[in-house]
Amino acid sequence: MKFSEEQLKKVEEMISHYPEGKQKSALIPLLHYTQQQNGGWLSAEAMDYVAELLKITSIEVYEVATFYSMYNLQPVGKTVFEVCQTGPCMLRGSDDIVAYIYEKLGIKPGQTTEDGLFTLKTVECLGACGYAPMMQLGPDYREHLTKEKIDALIAEGKAKAN
Amino acid sequence: MGRKLLLEKAHVEGIRHYDVYRREGGYRSVEKVLKTMSPEAVVEEVKKSGLRGRGGAGFPTGMKWSFLAKPEGVPRYLVVNADESEPGTFKDRYLMEFIPHLLIEGMICASYALGSNRSYIYIRGEYWWVKEILEVAVQEARNAGFLGKNILGSGFDCDIFVQPGAGAYICGEETALIESLEGKRGNPRIKPPFPAVKGLWGCPTVVNNVESIAAVVPIVNEGGEEYAKLGTGKSTGTKLISACGNINKPGVYEIEMNISVEEFIYSDEYCGGIANGKKLKACIPGGSSVPILPANLLLKTAKGETRMMTYESLSDGGFATGTMMGSGGFIVMDEDQCVVKHTYTLARFYRHESCGQCSPCREGTGWMEKILLKIDQGKGSMSDIDLLWDIQRKIEGNTICPLGDAAAWPVAAAIRHFRDEFEWHVTNPSEALVRNYGLANYAKPLEIAAPTA
Repeated sequence: MKFSEEQLKKVEEMISHYPEGKQKSALIPLLHYTQQQNGGWLSAEAMDYVAELLKITSIEVYEVATFYSMYNLQPVGKTVFEVCQTGPCMLRGSDDIVAYIYEKLGIKPGQTTEDGLFTLKTVECLGACGYAPMMQLGPDYREHLTKEKIDALIAEGKAKAN
Repeated sequence: MGRKLLLEKAHVEGIRHYDVYRREGGYRSVEKVLKTMSPEAVVEEVKKSGLRGRGGAGFPTGMKWSFLAKPEGVPRYLVVNADESEPGTFKDRYLMEFIPHLLIEGMICASYALGSNRSYIYIRGEYWWVKEILEVAVQEARNAGFLGKNILGSGFDCDIFVQPGAGAYICGEETALIESLEGKRGNPRIKPPFPAVKGLWGCPTVVNNVESIAAVVPIVNEGGEEYAKLGTGKSTGTKLISACGNINKPGVYEIEMNISVEEFIYSDEYCGGIANGKKLKACIPGGSSVPILPANLLLKTAKGETRMMTYESLSDGGFATGTMMGSGGFIVMDEDQCVVKHTYTLARFYRHESCGQCSPCREGTGWMEKILLKIDQGKGSMSDIDLLWDIQRKIEGNTICPLGDAAAWPVAAAIRHFRDEFEWHVTNPSEALVRNYGLANYAKPLEIAAPTA
């Protein structure tokens, strides 16, 4: 893995947010960026490269990447449904949403469809309790979910892949 | 209708951007502090306002500021905690999404008061689009000369950076947040030393919630004493409440802290009553970690007084019969909801979010989750309920950070007030799989002992 000049400029900008010598603070934003540039997940190679960029050891990257839930350490589908299942979403029917996705795509939480298009994850509270049930879809939220909205999101995911 | 200090202009068209925000009177507080006030005077106004930390703990903000160490030649930092992750809480997101400049304006005033030349907003990574809104707003403030070197010719330099998290509730705990901002796992630190002495990169640091910092703007503009006239008792000013669950109008409401819980739930100005014509069964009024109360204890205190939306009234009766204001994450449950199942989802949440440093929390949250699931699935025994009680007691107070307490309290309160519902799951396992326990006696008026004097 190697970043282009343009990508490296982005890395430099991230590091400029901190005082001299505190570049390790850029680790979390840089892992987000690397994951996004690497097809949605962090390979060991990608993490080693991040360590090199920040002049820290690889283990310092691994211990962070394994701690935070937004980093995928395995490849994921092109579209990832992250359905919130904590209390307030449960009160508004998040279980039905998870069951409906299984009905439509045959995947349970943690699984990816055979064609590699969709991954389903269940996640804990995303701070959208008043707009439940909801899911995270890439950098955005999809709220007030219904079966019809899930159908539309599946169609959208398929269209994106073509 | 109560006064609004934070969200009054949140829906003015275009307020997300500097020009409109400025035209509506934005950044006046920055002009006032930089041109007419000393940093100490700003701290003094915040103290006078009685503002209490809006993240959940309710600690007086002005007092927290006055603890900040000021050793010669060492930088100091302000870090805004926008890692809003307590289930039921989504008020900071609302404020940042609709009126981001209010936070930035408050941060400049606070940075001046504290002597921070480089301040950070630590925002949960899932709020990615909000992070982008904030970055645009910061750039606009920079372009307008409200950030950068020598702001308004005052000699004060300040810049703001937006730092994303990556999915960890624990980073809402201030020392875990600082660890995360240093590029590490979010493991809370042992205190002391407190961040006010040794925080970000070993320097004196103040960590404040988004809403607390936004409240600095009206406090500076109107003066601390004026601010303190709103609300009641030690609950001064306004509070953002994010309401969710089985109500007609979920959303974020700014309340003056002088209304009753009943008015908040049933009035059309706020939650608009329970959805689908159902009855109120229970409520967790301050985010998932504060004690759940049955309807009867929620609306009236054990003394028979009307329960108000204030720090004091919500905690009236202690944990035996009261709860807490917490973060203002107001979760309402109707008569069809199962307290056992809801408590199970919360236990699962805390198990997932435990950082794993302290054994009571790491192990205990896992056990609580498994036992609650067992009871919910009709496989529990009576001794499991006692075991749950025993585990939560052994977590509470025995961990480095308050996540242990936050995990223990919901389980303790559920058993304290809804023990018969837990027992019903044990004695009627097959029935519990097909229907819920229902309202039972949870909404019946409490028997108040007649005064004997």
